[in-house]
Amino acid sequence: MFDSGFYTKLGLSDIADKLAAAERLSMEDGERLFACRDMNALGSLAHRVRTRLHGNSAYYVVNRHINYSNICVNGCRFCAFSKKKGEPLAFELSEREILDRIAAQEEDLTEIHIVGGCHPELPLSHFEDLLRKVRALRPKSIIKAFTAVEIAHFARNESITVSEVLTRLKAAGLRMLPGGGAEVFSRRIRERLCPEKIDGKGWLEVVRRAHELGIRTNATMLYGHIETRRERLEHMAALRELQDVTGGFVCFIPLPFQPANNELSYLPPTTGVDDLKTIAVSRLMLDNIPHIKAYWVMLTVKLAQTALLYGADDFDGTVVEEKIGHMAGADSKQGLTRAEIERIIREAGLEPVERDSFFQRKIHDNNGGCK
Amino acid sequence: MSENGRLSFDDAWELYQGADFHGLGRMAHTARLEKHPDPVVSYVVDRNINYSNVCVCGCRFCAFYRPPGHPECYVLGRDELAAKIEETLELGGTQILMQGGHHPDLPLSFYEEMLRFIKARYPIHIHAFSPPEIAHFARLERTSIGDVIARLGAAGLDSIPGGGAEILVDSVRERVSPRKCSVREWLAVMEEAHGQGLRTTATMMFGHEEDPRHRLEHLFALRDLQDRTGGFTAFIPWAFQPKNTAIEREPETAVSYLRLLAVSRLVLDNFDNIQASWVTMGPKVAQLALFFGANDFGSTMIEENVVAAAGVCFRLTVEEIHRIIESAGFRARRRTMDYNWVE
Repeated sequence: MFDSGFYTKLGLSDIADKLAAAERLSMEDGERLFACRDMNALGSLAHRVRTRLHGNSAYYVVNRHINYSNICVNGCRFCAFSKKKGEPLAFELSEREILDRIAAQEEDLTEIHIVGGCHPELPLSHFEDLLRKVRALRPKSIIKAFTAVEIAHFARNESITVSEVLTRLKAAGLRMLPGGGAEVFSRRIRERLCPEKIDGKGWLEVVRRAHELGIRTNATMLYGHIETRRERLEHMAALRELQDVTGGFVCFIPLPFQPANNELSYLPPTTGVDDLKTIAVSRLMLDNIPHIKAYWVMLTVKLAQTALLYGADDFDGTVVEEKIGHMAGADSKQGLTRAEIERIIREAGLEPVERDSFFQRKIHDNNGGCK
Repeated sequence: MSENGRLSFDDAWELYQGADFHGLGRMAHTARLEKHPDPVVSYVVDRNINYSNVCVCGCRFCAFYRPPGHPECYVLGRDELAAKIEETLELGGTQILMQGGHHPDLPLSFYEEMLRFIKARYPIHIHAFSPPEIAHFARLERTSIGDVIARLGAAGLDSIPGGGAEILVDSVRERVSPRKCSVREWLAVMEEAHGQGLRTTATMMFGHEEDPRHRLEHLFALRDLQDRTGGFTAFIPWAFQPKNTAIEREPETAVSYLRLLAVSRLVLDNFDNIQASWVTMGPKVAQLALFFGANDFGSTMIEENVVAAAGVCFRLTVEEIHRIIESAGFRARRRTMDYNWVE
């Protein structure tokens, strides 16, 4: 953080004072931060808050993504992943294929991240069986699976409540929800981009139920398409409000829109400055969500590293295989190794800390396994 | 700061190693705004033309060259050259950046004729032949560097690109590019060119086998020469891309690049311009570089072969360059090689 005269010159001294006193920022504060044209000023404010929360640590997880199917009854305009059954790029992994992919990973795989489209036919029992088998195969791994959108879809398909779906999946091994499908909560945006999907209220309601059942979640925001900065801030405010009630959010994940192969392909990609501003403002607005993720798959590895100095404290993980961002043109690698991630974090002047899904530090024994 | 208001080597080292990231960025951005108070970021529309990939140097960091006799060797013919220049002019280009390998057989007259051929036909600025090429021509021709520059200048050469500087420390050059010109020769070509009235740029390729201190030695060697001649227009640092080369290591990260860029802006107080390298760092990090000392976005690179050979291939249109510069809060303006505005 710089001398107060620097922030005064930029018209941000009151915000800097609020942050120094750990006071909550208003929507107007958020708008002024977005409007700030000095990236060093914004970075220094966000980095100070991030350092107060997490010191010099930057977290990562040894994880494996599984996208079980891209067959989806929704047709969100920003999505390049979703396909209808029978379309050339539609796919559906069998249970065997999923288990083989997981079995190919090292024994101490910390997290298994499973998400897919809203499949029209697969019954909830299919997913319960799948989670049970995954749990039997890797009992120590944490299963983080299904966006709030999938959970609501299962409830509708089965004609049961969201709580029942969550309770059944939890009994089968579900430990956490990854937070996807939040997009931007704004009704205006959802009506134009994803009218088939549950609305913002519906998303927050599923997540509230999950938190009540002791299932913690992350929360995403898909930005950089047709939303306004005000709508981004309203999205953050809605999460902040729910978090005040439940405390169940672990990590916030801003996701830059990827413009290839979807109905919004006429839009340009997000710029680095917009990405870093969004990360920084998230850190500063979301005073009650402990972690902010720099998701390298969508940000690019290079920019995600700098994001660790603009308010993010988490680099996500090894990932191994990812389809949602890559089908939309993300040109990052499919996965990173533990050594690559640690080097990237160290080169940013931070200390890599391997974590689990709940950000508990992993402690390795001498045999390379995890205690 | 030392007494004359300039950074000493030790000051620079302390900043490079110790300054916090945003503090370093702020210092560099302040220095940039002192030199260029208007929030303008410049760029040039040009094309890289690599007239030949035949090279006897065999630098270990290079993925572009082919040794003589290799089936993929080429030397561009006149028709290809003309077609590339015509396309550049059609796209509104104002200059070509022409470089090639150290061809073992082509005489200096070949290059003189190439320049005359272009100048007789096209109104285009020729920014060509990095110092190692010029030193190579002098050796082959058994003449002086001054004579080579004078002959090329008479044939139409307008300015000299600062390539082949790599790291201007001989112990590093002996390891990574043992057959390329020495530090003394590289600087001598630039000093001679400046003396003959040709402007030049200066580059640095870092992140291979040098120590961090060597990067600063490089900057101070450039600053000393610029004090004498004032002939450098811009400094362009870029990160080594290891794919398809004989040096095995991970590429430099964005944070490491931005720190070096910021220190460059602070050390090179006698250079007017510092370029961001979107070609090696990608558009996102290059945009952030505009807050870490860079005031120039480099070139549209209608064609780029050398970095692409090392597996890194970003592409940007003029419209996209404008959008990136403007969304960072600056105005985009097109310039010539010597930093005059085009419109």
